Amino acid sequence: MIKYTEDHEWVKVEGDTATVGITVHAQDALGDVVFVELPEVGATLAQKDTAGVVESVKAAADVYMPISGEVTAVNEALRDDPSLANSDPLGAGWFFKVKLSDPSQLDALMDETAYGAFAQ
Amino acid sequence: MSSEQATDESLAVTASTDNAVPLHTTPLNDLHVSLGARMVPFAGYSMPVQYPLGVLGEHLHTRQKAGLFDVSHMGQLRLVGPQSAAAFESLMPVDVVDLPVGKQRYGLLLNEQGGIIDDLMFVNRGADLFVIVNGACKAGDIAHIQAHIGQQCEVIPMPEQALLALQGPQAVDVLRELNPGVDDLVFMTGAPVTLAGIDCYVTRSGYTGEDGFEISVPGDQATALAQALLADDRTQPIGLGARNSLRLEAGLCLYGNDIDTQSTPIEAGLNWAIQKVRRTGGARAGGFLGADTVLGQLDGHLPLTRRRVGLLATERVPVRDHTVLQNEQGEVIGEVTSGLLAPSVNRAIAMGYVRIDCSTIGTTVNAMVRGRAIPMVVSAMPFVPNGYKR
Repeated sequence: MIKYTEDHEWVKVEGDTATVGITVHAQDALGDVVFVELPEVGATLAQKDTAGVVESVKAAADVYMPISGEVTAVNEALRDDPSLANSDPLGAGWFFKVKLSDPSQLDALMDETAYGAFAQ
Repeated sequence: MSSEQATDESLAVTASTDNAVPLHTTPLNDLHVSLGARMVPFAGYSMPVQYPLGVLGEHLHTRQKAGLFDVSHMGQLRLVGPQSAAAFESLMPVDVVDLPVGKQRYGLLLNEQGGIIDDLMFVNRGADLFVIVNGACKAGDIAHIQAHIGQQCEVIPMPEQALLALQGPQAVDVLRELNPGVDDLVFMTGAPVTLAGIDCYVTRSGYTGEDGFEISVPGDQATALAQALLADDRTQPIGLGARNSLRLEAGLCLYGNDIDTQSTPIEAGLNWAIQKVRRTGGARAGGFLGADTVLGQLDGHLPLTRRRVGLLATERVPVRDHTVLQNEQGEVIGEVTSGLLAPSVNRAIAMGYVRIDCSTIGTTVNAMVRGRAIPMVVSAMPFVPNGYKR
């Protein structure tokens, strides 16, 4: 199951863990991503907390926690090669993984159809 | 994810964000759209911020081959009359009178306090002084020039002209195909040149730190010229995004970010733009708006409290415009005015103003990025060697 936020993050849920990244639309709007800042593994963050930063040559943006939980992993490959956020935003360009503390928060996020309309 | 710093805001001097105000377009607008440009408001114009190649690719291409920029939003004007050079000197701390025919020079319009109204380039074309000013400032500049020296010379705006820049180490190879005469130009000189059958005025100068040319061309023939230049495999169209990263690597100021009416040429470290003849003790010392402040700061009669410097980060973390700078004791000693991760340096670079005791090359200051101190070293500019053909 993949869900989307109004802040242009995607959340892919597998069991009690979710993988988070930025959407195709987001990376297209930002342009060439040159830098990411990722959260600390082990940090417990609430929904909407700032979890990281993504910067292109021309703009900087915060990445927010789409859902509350504990950060269990971050994508070190993305730190080394931020362009993965452009070339494969939904795959190799993932940002971090979260152990969900309140899965019911997912219900309020958008599905692919709703996000597609929102991002227009 | 939410954007802290929209593309157009970070680039624009005075971007029009009010949709009710119609944006101007340049004569190349249809060409930009057909090339797949992403258009943004900039200086009251709809301008290409990037093409499908992307900001990074466009930046690197310009450093390696040739990039074509539409800078038709900039203001072009002529000053005509026997008194025009002497009159123009009353507005700038620069030697205009002695500039030989065919030579180009950097100039600064100052207010009475010595603050910078605009920076500009001018050429002595013999029959006139040909002046190029910033797009966002052009209406104010023309009013200022007209008000102060309109009685001494004719001030003639040239809205019918477009302006293209062809920049990069292979720019000369591309332009030579259209007219081998461009080989005769060297850095900061200009001449009338026929390109693809079009009467143009070409200078060997630009805003990237590379060798290259700026081409004033009649607006109704600008698309034809651009297409002729783009037909060369070595040329790519380049947007405002790469223009900004290229000029920052070259250590060149962006008006509205790095210099404005609150900064003087001396605070901005533009002392080199003030020729000896206009300085204290020179044959035509002073006699320009703001001279007391500017020459006082230059000769040491007035204290200089801050100075624009180049900054190079030791970490690969971008340091953006308006980032606060602190000294090792945690005191605020300045602010970044332009900053980004430099594509050709592969490090974070910036320029900004720092307290004078922190302005010596080699001094380490801390840029406060999201609460974290990123050490930056005050560094000489340009950040990349320039490629000017002298």
